[in-house]
Amino acid sequence: MADELNNTSRRAFLKGGAAAVVGTAAGAASAGTPDPLITEVQDWASFTGEGVDETPYGLPIEFESDVVRRNVPWLTADPISSINFTPIHALDGTITPQGCAFERHHSGAIELKKDDYRLMINGLVDQPLVFTYEDLERFPRENHVYFCECAANTGMEWAGAQLNGVQFTHGMIHNMEYSGISLRALLNEAGLGAAGDLADKWVYVEGADASSNGRSIPMEKALDDVLVAFKANGEALRKEHGYPVRLVVPGWEGNMWIKWLRRIEVTDAAVESREETSKYTDVMEDGTARKWTWEMDAKSVITSPSPQMPIKHGHGPLVISGLAWSGHGRITRVDVSKDGGKSWETARLGTTQGDSKALTRFYLDTDWQGEDWLLQARAMDETGYVQPTKDQLREVRGENSIYHNNCIQTWYLNAKGEAENVEVS
Amino acid sequence: MSKFLKVSAAVLMMASPAVAGDSLGLGRPALPEEIAAWDIDVLPDGRGLPEGRGDAFTGEEVFAEKCASCHGDFAEGVDNWPVLAGGFDTLADKDPVKTVGSYWPYLSTVWDYVNRSMPFGAAQTLTEDEVYAIVAYILYSNDLVDDDFELSHENFAEFEMHNQGGFIQDDRAALEYPMWRVEPCMTDCKESVEITMRASILDVTPDEGAAEGEEQTAAVVEEVVEEEAPVEAVTALDPELVKKGEKVFKKCKACHQVGAKAKNKTGPVLNGIMGRGFASIDGFKYSKVFKAAADEGRMWDEAEMAAFLTKPKAYLKGTKMSFAGLKKEADVAAIIEYLKSVDD
Repeated sequence: MADELNNTSRRAFLKGGAAAVVGTAAGAASAGTPDPLITEVQDWASFTGEGVDETPYGLPIEFESDVVRRNVPWLTADPISSINFTPIHALDGTITPQGCAFERHHSGAIELKKDDYRLMINGLVDQPLVFTYEDLERFPRENHVYFCECAANTGMEWAGAQLNGVQFTHGMIHNMEYSGISLRALLNEAGLGAAGDLADKWVYVEGADASSNGRSIPMEKALDDVLVAFKANGEALRKEHGYPVRLVVPGWEGNMWIKWLRRIEVTDAAVESREETSKYTDVMEDGTARKWTWEMDAKSVITSPSPQMPIKHGHGPLVISGLAWSGHGRITRVDVSKDGGKSWETARLGTTQGDSKALTRFYLDTDWQGEDWLLQARAMDETGYVQPTKDQLREVRGENSIYHNNCIQTWYLNAKGEAENVEVS
Repeated sequence: MSKFLKVSAAVLMMASPAVAGDSLGLGRPALPEEIAAWDIDVLPDGRGLPEGRGDAFTGEEVFAEKCASCHGDFAEGVDNWPVLAGGFDTLADKDPVKTVGSYWPYLSTVWDYVNRSMPFGAAQTLTEDEVYAIVAYILYSNDLVDDDFELSHENFAEFEMHNQGGFIQDDRAALEYPMWRVEPCMTDCKESVEITMRASILDVTPDEGAAEGEEQTAAVVEEVVEEEAPVEAVTALDPELVKKGEKVFKKCKACHQVGAKAKNKTGPVLNGIMGRGFASIDGFKYSKVFKAAADEGRMWDEAEMAAFLTKPKAYLKGTKMSFAGLKKEADVAAIIEYLKSVDD
């Protein structure tokens, strides 16, 4: 089976799922004939495996080669200024491994050595400063888990169901444990006396790459929970995520999480850069556009079963699994519907106490007897906000806002165990 | 107004002990020259603009040379690259055309973005006057000014963009949250449910599985191995230099592709370029000078390539390649070695 899967395209794999339902569930479970995997001595039980140091830095085993980032080539003009998608269909728990966490570059992922790294703070500060990488490591350090979601996640689904895979509909997200220092500590080091009243001040942050992507962040957020991070999930950031230093802006759209952070400027106004005017602004139905839509509202999605994760084990016990998150704080509840939103049951949250502004895993432990299901998940966060339906969103915003689509997603599960991206009335 | 802009006094008070706290004495003062080099942002009121000027007529030439390969001669956009002109009065349509003219609220944003991020693959190579000229031309291509219009630091602030009033601050907190912060329905929430749309009908999902991709890579590797053997016997490529050249080639990747899946982009595919005739890659629209060189029968040997890569514009005046050139001879040598290794 594994060999067969490795030799087929994903779509063929999806079609193959049907046959699998009927056939394989049996394999291990059927009594009667003894299982040769048990009765016969297997190679791996007789010969030795690889020694230590065979792979000084390990990669996933070859059988997991399907669990990779993928892009949608027609979305952008060029992969150097583009995005790809986290394989969330195949992950569990909440932490996203760096190697498969989505990438979004405006001028490609650059290679910037720690020795060549400089961070400048200037503008309305008492003393403009330049820091080296080592300087940053000498500030008090913090560790926090946060999700990073591109504002355009699910953006292709505004006008209708388009992409058949949760990786593509919801994969512009990752969730990592960051180690770094608070932006507040850095601003303090430069001194904010020169800024006067902080209430109407901003920090403008920009990257060292060729796009020098820059965004304006209101001072209140800058002094609240923003991190200047250099490690993720315990190890150095990957180059595609901003090695050696990136900004972490908890709960706010991914574009503000400046990678290869090189400059922080205290200003008395928003710079109104390209990424906060012509992009990352949300066109409403009447043609006016919302700007400064920074927070990511509560959202959830079932990751399995889903189009890339058909049910292959046949009827009986089934774990429905998914992810929920909110830029406003903790996820307090996730409900799951099997009938397209007519009725709901409350799912079990997979972590005892979810982190604020971090992914929460949910499970619904259930039984499937081959029914047609219209599967949906609906998240609630600690502010009492309930994830809206796509129609509710479209009623307020129309279909052209691209960004901030946090609608309830529907998967149609058929009798064969295959799932499809659909919209329902 | 967002709740974040109605800054709560409490949070700032809470933050203020830290803000006023003792510094750790880390970092060093930023020098004025350093700040000047990096602090190049321009605000809507024109603060941050350097002195300079450029007219739309001049801008048209600069644009044709440095921008048109992606954005089109008339800023109409090539392939999936951004359209910069037109689209007026389409923002409420089914498919709004969001261009500099129809959508961008501030001229400062155009100046700042062109200056810091463009041209793609050669950022920060434009002179200040060139940026003024390009911005003037983009306005002209949007029919917002005449072709003799000159933009400068002096008249910059006077210019108001078409869609400046078209933006409102995030109003989700007022408009949406009260609606959606309610106890949700759990049973009998709808009378009936019908499927109204299916992704499989449209079917734009990418088709490449990882397994398939891997297979292709494996096949390519085999091919390369098979073909490289005889080539190596003749030319004996220096593998170290090839490796170095591959790194330098990153500077070219914004426009040029190599390898089995390579396609012509802003620049032509470079597989097997060494030893080929000029302007000989199928399907690429070459500039006049390149076609003329091809007619003369010129071939890409090491000397031609080295001269071209060192100073592209001086070597072939009129080339569309907007690359400043490689300063280090070692880089040129490495990249030529690398190009030799990427055979057809």
